[in-house]
Amino acid sequence: MIPGSFDYHRPATVQEAARLVASLGEDARVVAGGHSLIPMMKLRMAAPAHLIDLQGVEGLAGIAVSGGEVRIGAMTTQHMLIEDAALAQAAPLVREAALQIADPQVRYMGTIGGNLANGDPGNDMPGLMQCLDAAFTLVGPEGARQVRAREFYFGAYDTARAEDEILSEIAFSGHAGAGYAYEKQKRKIGDYATAAAAVLLRMEGGRCAAASVAMTNLADRPIFSQAAADALVGSPLDAAALDAAVAAMQGDIAPGADTRGPVEFKRHVAGVMLRRAVARAASRA
Amino acid sequence: MNEMIPPAGDRAAALKGLGSSRKRVEDVRFTQGKGAYVDDIKLKDMVFGDFVRSPYAHARVVSVNKEAALAVPGVIAVLTAEDLAPLGLHWMPTLAGDRQMVLADGKVLYQGQEVAFVVAENRYACADAIELVEVDYEALPVVTDPFKALEPDAPVLREDLAGKTEGAHGPRRHHNHIFLWEQGDRAATEAVIDGADVVAEERIHYHRTHPCPLETCGCVASMDKITGKLTLWGTFQAPHAVRTVASLISGIAEHNIRVISPDIGGGFGNKVGVYPGYVCSIVASIVTGRPVKWVEDRMDNLMTTAFARDYWMDGRIAATKDGRITGLWCHVTADHGGFDACADPTKFPAGFFNICTGSYDIPVAYVGVDGVYTNKAPGGVAYRCSFRVTEAAYFIERMVDILAIKLGMDPVELRLKNFIRKDQFPYHSALGWEYDSGDYHTAMEQALAAVDYKGLRAEQAERLEAFKRGESRSLMGVGVAFFTEIVGAGPVKNCDILGLGMFDSCEIRIHPTGSAIARLGTISQGQGHATTFAQILASEIGIPADDITVEEGDTDTAPYGLGTYGSRSTPVAGAATAMAGRKIRAKAQMIAAYLLEVHDDDVEFDVDRFQIKGAPERFKTMKEIAFAAYNQAIPGLEPGLEAVSYYDPPNMTYPFGAYICVMDVDVDTGVCDVRRVYALDDCGTRINPMIIEGQVHGGLTEALAIAMGQEIAYDEDGNVTTGTLMDFFIPTAVETPHYETDHTVTPSPHHPIGAKGVGESPNVGGVPMFSNAVMDAFKPFGLTHAHMPHDHWRVWRIANGLGLHG
Ligand SMILES: Cc1cc2nc3c(=O)[nH]c(=O)nc-3n(C[C@H](O)[C@H](O)[C@H](O)COP(=O)(O)OP(=O)(O)OC[C@H]3O[C@@H](n4cnc5c(N)ncnc54)[C@H](O)[C@@H]3O)c2cc1C
Repeated sequence: MIPGSFDYHRPATVQEAARLVASLGEDARVVAGGHSLIPMMKLRMAAPAHLIDLQGVEGLAGIAVSGGEVRIGAMTTQHMLIEDAALAQAAPLVREAALQIADPQVRYMGTIGGNLANGDPGNDMPGLMQCLDAAFTLVGPEGARQVRAREFYFGAYDTARAEDEILSEIAFSGHAGAGYAYEKQKRKIGDYATAAAAVLLRMEGGRCAAASVAMTNLADRPIFSQAAADALVGSPLDAAALDAAVAAMQGDIAPGADTRGPVEFKRHVAGVMLRRAVARAASRA
Repeated sequence: MNEMIPPAGDRAAALKGLGSSRKRVEDVRFTQGKGAYVDDIKLKDMVFGDFVRSPYAHARVVSVNKEAALAVPGVIAVLTAEDLAPLGLHWMPTLAGDRQMVLADGKVLYQGQEVAFVVAENRYACADAIELVEVDYEALPVVTDPFKALEPDAPVLREDLAGKTEGAHGPRRHHNHIFLWEQGDRAATEAVIDGADVVAEERIHYHRTHPCPLETCGCVASMDKITGKLTLWGTFQAPHAVRTVASLISGIAEHNIRVISPDIGGGFGNKVGVYPGYVCSIVASIVTGRPVKWVEDRMDNLMTTAFARDYWMDGRIAATKDGRITGLWCHVTADHGGFDACADPTKFPAGFFNICTGSYDIPVAYVGVDGVYTNKAPGGVAYRCSFRVTEAAYFIERMVDILAIKLGMDPVELRLKNFIRKDQFPYHSALGWEYDSGDYHTAMEQALAAVDYKGLRAEQAERLEAFKRGESRSLMGVGVAFFTEIVGAGPVKNCDILGLGMFDSCEIRIHPTGSAIARLGTISQGQGHATTFAQILASEIGIPADDITVEEGDTDTAPYGLGTYGSRSTPVAGAATAMAGRKIRAKAQMIAAYLLEVHDDDVEFDVDRFQIKGAPERFKTMKEIAFAAYNQAIPGLEPGLEAVSYYDPPNMTYPFGAYICVMDVDVDTGVCDVRRVYALDDCGTRINPMIIEGQVHGGLTEALAIAMGQEIAYDEDGNVTTGTLMDFFIPTAVETPHYETDHTVTPSPHHPIGAKGVGESPNVGGVPMFSNAVMDAFKPFGLTHAHMPHDHWRVWRIANGLGLHG
């Protein structure tokens, strides 16, 4: 539980951080809240020679809501996501999900940027951002670019972010008026999901007018299930539609066995989480 | 004059003696982060040691290359078995009469086994160097299943025992067999079962788990080359035993070894045994001439230092048609891992598992336990229990529930029908124990009334109907357990560990101004000894508990004792405390009589003083007596007021309790929501009700963890899959239910103050209670038994297997 040795850097601006990342190369990692990276370093599963701490970078933390659009700085902690009243108004799904991440101690340190950039399929925010159709701003030596959350994740710890890029901001549209739910089964507080479902939906005249469905920890990356959403849209969210959505979602996920249970159990729970999330979202729509 | 004497009740209350919910004196430092644990010890020139551990569960160690590791700046030495062999320290004896490799001697037998010990100036250099020690392994076939380990062509694990057909506990019939321990009358039991009206039969696994104390194991060894004295600070539940064993292993004279257990952050049996880390630290300190610290990390602790349980219990229980139990048969396949390192009394290789007739009057019984080697870590310690009592209680409490199903009887009714009656105590069990006291019917009836048992069953029936109508997806389970423990090991005539008798001790010194210090052979790891032992003494000698210091854990100052585990502190050292107190009181009586100028027999003890019989206004307080003891020449008496008592208990004590819980089981997710827990404990005389309640809360929480998810699991290759707290279940406050505690009081007839011990009861009774509740929920669908732990997926699997997922 002792990390290898490393040099510590504490840049003051994003540009400076990006320069450091670029110049130090492969052996460098940025550290945000440290609550994914440092455990990995203690297990020596990660052994960066340089740690570039983003805590001192100005302007990377904060939440801005205006005209229904939400922008969140990468260094915003999960605790801040829970506490922010404007965010709770514009996108209550984020608060609901953040409350189910880890425990209060971890949430004081862990950041949204770290959670998203990490690339661990167990993280909750990536699935959530698929559901919200968020866009990520990446700052690299060549400047900034945007990548859609739904196009960001390739596999475990494999993302669209280049090694010399820093995730600076997350943007998405608020979902005021939509029904929402984040349903997560876990073994205990502080555990990653056995299975989790993020659902947004709009109802019109008793029928589902729009839906978005994403699943967490059921593949090597977060799963945005367009097919599940399609199965819901147009339906009164009756049993047949739910069955169809679950079946469609099952086609998109690919869970693996671990200490949480075997594949068939995870598939079953994924279905239960989706059903419950749809029911709760519908009750709020 | 008379009015000036405060009433006896007020004076007794001021003592904060027996029965007082006195606040824990330890908490002042613990709640402020001021405890002093092993890892807080910092000595001049201290260096650090840590292990290179085997990634394989079974492999030959072909070679170890230290070169690259030795080149790391700050690295002082890398020790291997080859370095220890000339000292004869590459192997060490275990407490169970086996031997264990200190460092891999040619092969490794489990993942995480110690292969080399790196000593460096600091932890960081140590950790860097560990990565650079090149070990060449040749993988061997792995056996993690004890049944497969006993197959004729199973791989030979312990090559060092080749040809040894006799082990520490009798004949070995196979190369991976350790012992067969048999109790009771096999032929008679089998005859009863063969002719019985009803027989219930089941294989019950109490899975492998781990005590996982908050503080891991560790030590600091410091060999002073000038005085020749070795000081060893460590997380030891039995410091004196460690000193004696260290002396026997190392050849250092016992007076030249000082063992100190500082504050200990929980033990639960994990800190009873002797570990390679201790031996290597001592050797390293001798070699380097510098103090050496070794402290496990969490993964080391979970993977390598003593596990608990792993008993496969095949049971048969026979009864008449109307539910009178007539016989009990049990065979255990006990998975001990790579070495037999259980910490049981020597004559009991399966501990007190033969308490498995439980609280019932069972005329005839048989138990056979086969100990088996596998490619898993050694241990098999008493995790918050007295030597396999948890296994025994789980076995009988499951078997009784299963028998109830077979008989179509309510499980409580079956228990009430078979309890040992109050008038049968002292009761001789079919497996050889003499239960000292009990009143099971009263306790059970009190529990049933408290939870409204009938009401719960009615509610359960309603909910079942709702489930069947498709209105709900959750099932209600009611879990009942009634346990009897056997604690307080123990009488020296049959209880010893490696020949060390299991008495315990207390030494008291009263200071001239009437305060006192008491030293004991035990060591608190969170039990609150400094609080409760002072209370015992306060009531015995009339000095306020607040004026009594209790000190434990330093072998240079404390009297010899066998330490704290198996709920033995109160039954044994607590008794020694009372007996030493009585010696003090006897001398005080003589002093008081002298001071009051009357005959010894004319004074009587009254709370905090001796008074003249019939003239209570003429008295001497204990404070006055203490001063006189030191400062007044009393003819025929030596000065001073001190006493020591070594207490060899005449029998064990037998705490018992009735536990009931209510659980809602979500059949779709496997999530079990414990909505009510009621625990009635009878631990005899209650010393500090608040501490009892705390112990019960803690033990129930551990029981919940064990029953519902906590395990040390291995994959087929012998890799530990639950080696971190992400996967090894420790409940947080969120998962911990609310507890209702209750009690009856049936004092032990042979203990000086009637106390029986309570720290472990809730773990013993809690596990069957929680497990029985899960089984009870599924009973209407035909379930009789399913193995623990009842984590989400396994509960889901039960529901799935019963066709509840449509
Ligand atoms: C006990 C425990 C339980 C947990 N449970 C959960 C849970 O239930 N759900 C969940 O989602 N998470 C959980 N986590 C993880 C936690 O939420 C982490 O805080 C989070 O995953 C990472 O955020 P961080 O700020 O700590 O990132 P860090 O650990 O600092 O970094 C994580 C990774 O992201 C990279 N990174 C960080 N910030 C940036 C950036 N701005 N640009 C580019 N790369 C960056 C780092 O280089 C690193 O590779 C748990 C953690 C612990 C310790």
